[in-house]
Amino acid sequence: MSVSEQTAMAPTGSAPDADDHIAHDAAAPAHHTSTGLSNEKLGMWLFLGSECLLFGGLISAFLLYRSKDVEGMTGPAVGDLYDIPFTSVSSFVLLMSSLTMVLSLSAIQRADHRRARTWMLTTAMLGASFVAGQVYEFTAFVREGLGYTTNLQSSAFYTLTGFHGVHVTIGILMLVSLFVMSLRGRLSAEKTETVEIVGLYWHFVDIVWIIIFTLIYLIPA
Amino acid sequence: MALTEERTPLELTTGEESVVEKPLGAFTRPSSNEGWRSWLTTVDHKKIGILYGATAMAFFAIGGLEALLIRAQLAQPNGQVLSPEIYNQMFTMHGTTMVFLVIMPMLAAFSNYLIPLMIGARDVAFPRLNAFSYWVFLFGGLFLYSSFFLGGAPDNGWFNYAPNSGVAYSPGHGIDFWTLGLQITGIASLVGAVNLIVTCLNMRAPGMTLLRMPVFVWMALVAQFLLLFAIPVITVALFLLMFDRLFGANFFNVEAGADPLLWQHLFWIFGHPEVYILILPAFGIVSEVIPAFARKPLFGYPFMVFSGIAIGFMGWGVWAHHMFASGVGPVSVAAFSLSTMFIAVPTGVKIFNWIGTLWRGKLTFTVAMLFAVGLVSQFTIGGLSGVMHSVAPHDTQQTDTYFVVAHFHYVLFGGSMFGIFSGVYYWWPKIFGHKLSEGIGKLHFWVMFAGFNLTFAPMHIVGLQGQPRRTATYPEGMGWDLMNLLSTIGSFLIALSFLIWVYNVVRSRKNPHAGADPWDGRTLEWATSSPPPVHNFDLEPTAGHLDEWWHQKYEENEDGRPVRREEFTYLSQVDEPSLSRGGRQPEGVDVSKIHLPSPSYWPIVIALGLPLVGYGLLYTYWLAALGGLLIIGGIVGLGLEPSVDPEAGHDEHDDHDPGHEPDDGQEAELVAVGAGDGAAGPDGTTAATTTDSEPT
Repeated sequence: MSVSEQTAMAPTGSAPDADDHIAHDAAAPAHHTSTGLSNEKLGMWLFLGSECLLFGGLISAFLLYRSKDVEGMTGPAVGDLYDIPFTSVSSFVLLMSSLTMVLSLSAIQRADHRRARTWMLTTAMLGASFVAGQVYEFTAFVREGLGYTTNLQSSAFYTLTGFHGVHVTIGILMLVSLFVMSLRGRLSAEKTETVEIVGLYWHFVDIVWIIIFTLIYLIPA
Repeated sequence: MALTEERTPLELTTGEESVVEKPLGAFTRPSSNEGWRSWLTTVDHKKIGILYGATAMAFFAIGGLEALLIRAQLAQPNGQVLSPEIYNQMFTMHGTTMVFLVIMPMLAAFSNYLIPLMIGARDVAFPRLNAFSYWVFLFGGLFLYSSFFLGGAPDNGWFNYAPNSGVAYSPGHGIDFWTLGLQITGIASLVGAVNLIVTCLNMRAPGMTLLRMPVFVWMALVAQFLLLFAIPVITVALFLLMFDRLFGANFFNVEAGADPLLWQHLFWIFGHPEVYILILPAFGIVSEVIPAFARKPLFGYPFMVFSGIAIGFMGWGVWAHHMFASGVGPVSVAAFSLSTMFIAVPTGVKIFNWIGTLWRGKLTFTVAMLFAVGLVSQFTIGGLSGVMHSVAPHDTQQTDTYFVVAHFHYVLFGGSMFGIFSGVYYWWPKIFGHKLSEGIGKLHFWVMFAGFNLTFAPMHIVGLQGQPRRTATYPEGMGWDLMNLLSTIGSFLIALSFLIWVYNVVRSRKNPHAGADPWDGRTLEWATSSPPPVHNFDLEPTAGHLDEWWHQKYEENEDGRPVRREEFTYLSQVDEPSLSRGGRQPEGVDVSKIHLPSPSYWPIVIALGLPLVGYGLLYTYWLAALGGLLIIGGIVGLGLEPSVDPEAGHDEHDDHDPGHEPDDGQEAELVAVGAGDGAAGPDGTTAATTTDSEPT
């Protein structure tokens, strides 16, 4: 994306004047849009608004099916298998990744690229630990006899949390891409907004987990 | 940092080409805007709009053929034309096609083509994502239709109720094609919605405040917001059904205790906003057409805008009126009855505003106007039978009868399709440079109008008499024979009217050039040439008024009557005949300095991956892996490729960095960088941005 071309319509007609350009560049804001928000950032906000309903639908499906007294339900109930201390720790890890994401953005806004990269990688690693925790949790549940097709709750549980896990994974991929770009010197000071936009996504996925953890793990059926 | 930036190598005095490394070495980036290949790689919102429209009309013919088969089967009692299995596939695919592959993309065509022109922008906010949306829509539709050749089409109706959609009751792959195909087209709609909302909010010309946007732009914007929030809900439903069918999940498995109402709720929470997605842009179209041919400003512009917004909000609170017969309980039924009655109010506001616009106007009944008035009258009939359904006992009585079929065809055909044809006739000269013939067009309108009413009006009667929909035959002696025969005759009249339209399209190619502003329009798209140049406007539009172009052409005399000005300026070079009614060419504009987004292969590459994943999930995971690779590779390619090709021939314009940084896959915005106006022009940011980047 070329932030550089992030201009709305420019007047046309007069001859280009490179010197003038440079002169007023320093003062020019990075984006000229009707709202003042860049297209990319507005697009991300809209996308996240859409995601709210995606997770809303999945969470509703789980809440509908969480009740334990389904007639003739086979296999264990999800609620009996939760390892709350373990999931609390992995939730804490994910929460902390939001902090490191903010530190990374703050660093790159101060043009401290080395520190920004460090925090970026830390964020990705924290996210990866969370996903690893989820994989561990899933395998533990399967060992207890709760497969994906075992009963209503298991289908709803694995679909919802798995879907969230995929979102975290996509976030990790974006962070790693940013990291590589930064290493190769392609993340200039003017491009810090890209980090901010990825950060928006990351925080959103984090907030969704807070809702899932509260509704699904902490509040009993 | 601006002082240390890296720049394109300057032209060598020897005249040799200076070597610029390409962003990605393997492919040469497409650069042509002409020839058939350019349609595969175009990112121009106008070409993409035409692609959407042409594709949707092709699907309209296919969906229409399915309707004809249905009507042929029902022409007489105990029809033998189709087997019940094929009949089920026909009505399922007819409904799915008309909703997802005809009306939605047709309205996307208008939105794509017109929104940037109407708000004075050079393109949409994310041109390459726009191309991506189109290709995803096309491939999703083809994927869905490939089911006919791969064991049978989906056969469970367009709302595909559980548990009938389960493997036990629909063992073929038809439903799988439906879930996957609609997920793919859903991606197209969602990406398109983000793109167009950002365009409406961010790309407006100077002075184009929100309440100066044409009503069409407003209605399209509301519809895009509805898409933004409705698509994820049906995606969840489709996703759960897909997991049920392919991986043995239990969401709709009643034997495991599942609740079939889950599907109904998810589907209709999407489905009712969808109704407004299908009608609001059509409302927008007639809100442009009626004032143009009544020679009056739209009556009550703010009421039109706010009633559209109100419909957008209230559309989320009425979904369960589709489920009154499902046992949702008396409280729900009462609440949704009330909200359904309320939503008729803003819709009624619109009807009265159109009548207010027509009232004492200087009416010219062009074909576009006929279709627009057709919408107002026919949609009102459909709206009234809709309000009847808010009365729950009446609704319960009519559920699954032909009365419902009559109702929604009056709103979707009498409303959306009439609005679409109104827009087709109104904007045809803008898009293709010549008008469709008015005479043939009037024949088209009247045959379609007669055929439409002959097809669907009798369905009210057989519906009230209890003929069930979605049933392949009916016995003799029910008193339905005559009405069904009339419906069938009417449906063939509609088909005839479509052929007349096709004939009109072919025949009208020889019509004389229509000029830039054939209808004496009010909005900015009429201020540029027909068809518009690739950069839309030579001069940057500004908007000081609602109906800006009208205000540039007319002023008030002492009596307060509008009189045409002597002097006004078109916003791009128009043909000479357009100047016969005043107006002059823009001067002193060097359009070669306008940068536009360059064509790209990646949108079609990424889009191609999606149906491959779909086939892979059904047949062999290897294919899905291949599709996944295409998608990931395409996203990386798209991300590494600058939105504007640095080599696209802007030689002397050196404030362009060839290696300006790619990003993580999001689309670059761009829209024109004007030609470096040294003054406070907003293009100032072009130069500065690259201290530490290297060309790759």
